[in-house]
Amino acid sequence: DKPFWDKRDRFILSKGHAAPLLYVIMAKAGYFSMETLDSLRTIDSPLQGHPCCKSLPGVEVSTGSLGQGLSVANGMALGLRLDKKPARVYCIMGDGEIQEGQVWEAAMSAAHYKLDNLCAVIDKNGLQIDGPVKEVMGIEPLNDKWKAFGWHVIECNGHDIGELLRALDEAEDTKGRPTMIIADTVKGKGVSIFENKVEFHGAVPSKDELETAMKELADD
Amino acid sequence: MTEKITDTADTNKEIKKPKATRDAYGEALLELGKRNPDIVALDADLSGSTKTSKFAKEFPERFFNMGISEQDMIGTAAGLALTGKVPFASTFAVFETGRAWDQIRLTVCYSNTNVKLVATHGGITVGEDGASHQALEDIAIMRALPNMSVIVPADAAETTSVIHYVAEYKGPVYVRLGRAKVPYVMPDNYEFRLGKAHVFHIGKDANIIAAGVMVDIAKRAAEALKKEGLDTGVINMSTIKPLDEDTILEAATASRLIITAEEHSIIGGLGGAVCEFLSERHPMPVRRIGINDSFGCSGGGSELLEFHGLTAENIINTVRTNLGK
Repeated sequence: DKPFWDKRDRFILSKGHAAPLLYVIMAKAGYFSMETLDSLRTIDSPLQGHPCCKSLPGVEVSTGSLGQGLSVANGMALGLRLDKKPARVYCIMGDGEIQEGQVWEAAMSAAHYKLDNLCAVIDKNGLQIDGPVKEVMGIEPLNDKWKAFGWHVIECNGHDIGELLRALDEAEDTKGRPTMIIADTVKGKGVSIFENKVEFHGAVPSKDELETAMKELADD
Repeated sequence: MTEKITDTADTNKEIKKPKATRDAYGEALLELGKRNPDIVALDADLSGSTKTSKFAKEFPERFFNMGISEQDMIGTAAGLALTGKVPFASTFAVFETGRAWDQIRLTVCYSNTNVKLVATHGGITVGEDGASHQALEDIAIMRALPNMSVIVPADAAETTSVIHYVAEYKGPVYVRLGRAKVPYVMPDNYEFRLGKAHVFHIGKDANIIAAGVMVDIAKRAAEALKKEGLDTGVINMSTIKPLDEDTILEAATASRLIITAEEHSIIGGLGGAVCEFLSERHPMPVRRIGINDSFGCSGGGSELLEFHGLTAENIINTVRTNLGK
C-alpha cells in the first residue's frame, strides 16, 4: 500500500535481469495484481525487461546495467544512518556481476563507512551468459576477497530458507561492518531440464518445457 | 549607511577581482549546508580543488569522500538522494562525466534521482595538466541524457545563483565550472533561472550565443564590432539544456548571423544544440567557435584559449568574414 513508507527496509535487485522473480514476489506481496504479471516486457507495462523505479513503485532504483546496485545501497545506508533511522538495506548481486569493477569500489566504501545497516547477498549459481563463471572470469576465492575488503562474510545454502534467515539475523547482529551472504545456489533449481543449464540463463521455455517444469514443481 | 550607498552596482563591479567559479561553488555549498540539513556532499579525492573541502570542514558528518572512485560516488549519491538527501557530487568534469557516464545514465537520469553533479575543471582553461584533464566533450555527453539539465555559469556571481537554484530544483543537474579565475560579467541584480538565457543585447547584424568564459570574450568582441558599425548582440546561454529557444529565435530573426562560442568541442555542445534547433526552426548561417574536434595540450589557460581560437579576435574576424566585411 505504501511503497514509499519512510521506515521501510530497502531492497535493491542489482542483478536486474532477475526481474521476473522480483515481479512475482511483488505481486504476491500485493504491490500490483497477479494479472499484471502477464504484461511482462510488453509495451507500456510497468514490468520492464529490467526493473524501473519510475514505472513500478516499490522498485527502489532502476537496475539492469550490472555492478551498480551496491553503490546505491551504500548511499541509502548512509542516508538512513544520517537520519538515525533503524531501517536496513539489502542488495542482491549475481556472482558474474561482481566482475564489474564498481562492485569493488562499493565493497571498499561500505567497509570504510562501517555500514552495518547494510547486508548484501551474492546469488552464487556459478553461471553467466557465456558459460561457467570460473571459465569466463574466475572470482574465487570469494569469501577471502570480501573478508579482505573488511566485510563480515557468511556462506550458506541459498535454497535453504532456514539457513538464509539465520544468516540475515547474523547480519543484523553484526556491528561496525557490512555483511556479505554468499548464497550457494543452483540455477534453475527444482526443474531437471533447467538445472545448471547455461542456455536457460536468459531463455524462454517452450510450451512443452513449461509443462514439464510445472509438473516437476507440482510434484515437489 | 554611507558604505551601503556608495556600494552601488557599478562601483562595486569595478573593484570585483576575477574569481574562479569553483571558489564561488565552495562558498555557496557551505552556505547551503548551514541552511539546509539535507544537503550532503561527495567528492572523489579532489575536494581541495573542487572546493567541497569548505563544506567538508564545517559538516564532516555530511561529507563523503569516496576516494578515487567516480562510479561508486555517483551510485552512492543516487542512494543518498533516494533517502531524501540533496547530494552534491563533485570532481573534475572529465572524470565526473566520462568515468561514470553509465552510472549517471542509470541511477541518476533513468531513475530520475535528485542528484546535483557539480564538476570543476571543465574546458581548456584547466591548463597545464593537459589533455587528459581537460573536459571538452562533457556537455555533449551530459546533454544527450534524458531528464538531465546542463548549466554552464559565466562568472562567480552566476555560479552562486546557480548553486542556490539547483539546491531547490528537483531532478538531475549537471553544472560545469572552471579552474581559472574569470572576470565578473553578469549584472549585479541578475538571478539565474533554469532555461532562461541572459540577453546583454540583441544585435541587428550578428548575435553571439556564448557560455562560460566565452561570455566575457564575446562581450569584448561585440564592443569592438560596434565601433566598426556592426551591431552585434551577446547572449549568455548558461542553461544549455533545456535550451532557451525563444531567445535564440529572437536573436536569429533579428540578425543575419549567429555565432556560438564555448570552451568545449564544437560537436554536441552549445554550438551543436543551437544548430540542431535553428536547422529545424529557422535555418540560417551559424558559425561555431569552440575546440575543433581535437584534444587540448598543456599550457597556460589564456595561452590555450588563444591557441584554439577562443578569442575576441577570432569572433570579430568570423563576424566580419561571414557578413562580407
